[in-house]
Amino acid sequence: MSILEMKNVGVTLGNTAVLDDISMRVAEGEFISILGPSGAGKSTIFRLLTGALQHDRGAITCNGRPLAQNQQGFAFMPQRDALMPWRRILDNLTLGLEVQGMTRKDARDRVMLFLHDFGLIGFEQHYPAQLSGGMRQRAALLRTVVQARPVQLLDEPFGALDALTRTRMQKWFEERWRDARWTTVLVTHDVREAVALSDRIYVLSCRPACVIAEVAVPTARPRMDRAITAEAHALEAHLLDILLNQTGDQI
Amino acid sequence: MQRPLPRRPGEGLTRGFPAVLSLVSAFAIWELYVRVSGISPLVLPAPSRVLDQMVLNRAILWHNTVPTVKATLAGFSLSLTVAFVFSVVLDFTPRVRRALLPIFVVSQTLPLVAIAPLVVLWFGFDLTPKILLVTLVTFFPMLVALLDGYAATDPEIEDLLRAMGASRRTVFRRARLPSAMPYFFAGLRISITYAVVAAIFAEYVGARAGLGIVILNAKNSFRPDLVLAAVVISSALTLVLFAITALLQRIFLRWRDLGDGR
Repeated sequence: MSILEMKNVGVTLGNTAVLDDISMRVAEGEFISILGPSGAGKSTIFRLLTGALQHDRGAITCNGRPLAQNQQGFAFMPQRDALMPWRRILDNLTLGLEVQGMTRKDARDRVMLFLHDFGLIGFEQHYPAQLSGGMRQRAALLRTVVQARPVQLLDEPFGALDALTRTRMQKWFEERWRDARWTTVLVTHDVREAVALSDRIYVLSCRPACVIAEVAVPTARPRMDRAITAEAHALEAHLLDILLNQTGDQI
Repeated sequence: MQRPLPRRPGEGLTRGFPAVLSLVSAFAIWELYVRVSGISPLVLPAPSRVLDQMVLNRAILWHNTVPTVKATLAGFSLSLTVAFVFSVVLDFTPRVRRALLPIFVVSQTLPLVAIAPLVVLWFGFDLTPKILLVTLVTFFPMLVALLDGYAATDPEIEDLLRAMGASRRTVFRRARLPSAMPYFFAGLRISITYAVVAAIFAEYVGARAGLGIVILNAKNSFRPDLVLAAVVISSALTLVLFAITALLQRIFLRWRDLGDGR
């Protein structure tokens, strides 16, 4: 059964049609990527799901029920890490749990269980400004998954990192994901990242966005610690071809 | 990874040295000029004479400093409280904000010279008019500092909190209020210097005691040395209050002193 389903969803902001016709579904434990040219409205989909925006057409259901306001189905990780500079790392990590109403102590106990896997041991009392970009990103990711929501929404989580750190983070993230199997929707414009991490990939057109391709990635995991397979390579080429020639993106 | 705070013992002394040097030279030149030119102390008293007068009149000066400190602190506390309450109300209700903000702006256009005697006329020679005048002068900068601070909140942090299911109140408490703290302290440092001046001016217009009264009486009896003695005390008072706010800022904004680790 799908944990999240979008049917013919459309959004118009002012006079601009941002999403035209978006249909997608996410099953439990699945890793989905949304791939598209910049400005296609990928992040708009997340704004719909987190309740920052209302859709005009179509239906969104979470666990079979219509997405209601204040329904907490999703844990969201924004593009930049959005760590609060005035809170220590530990207090940043517990933020989501505290907002849910958990006591600070219980929230800390919960977060502590994850610190090792996220490479943040010894940095709990640091402020975000004292951490490297990769560590901040891991902290932001931990802040997201510790909330234990049914679906994780990751908005270009590795986009701001340098190439080397990004590859390391993707590899690390694949390991974490293989352990935990979080149901995940990843927004990205990085074809290689999408192919490396996803079970399925939705490709969006330019604005107003609709789904122009749905591609399954059959490659066995783990994928990041081996040389890239011919199969994955062909898939990347295929996706790049779609993005370059079929999104309606004119330069 | 952790960057140590850029402080070494004794560094403050070394950094403060040029300021001390220029201050001491200014007073030395002043003293020298008065002695060489033989100018009357009724026109320009030498720093040494001002110092003598401070020691000589220490009982009177102390007796008059206390009410000024009281008026400053009481007025400033009231101002902070009112500014905070209004900032919260205005932040939560844009309609009230549109209605009230112009009134506050107009309150800043009132010349203190005209308003102060009226406030004294209405509220008498006690502490009340001084508190009100200090509040009038410092309220607006504090309110603006807080409102600007709220507005400077990173929208991504607010989106994140809302995605976590936070209410408007929670977003305010967890994101907008802490974001405003650097602005709050910037406003605090400016306002506290206005506060002392406002208190002294309010006393000058009408009071039973206070540094403003000392200045008024000294001026009327042609004693510039005593005027300057009161000025020295008011400057020292302002500096102490300024140092306290700077210290509070250091404590509460520790996270801002840390280097960017990237």
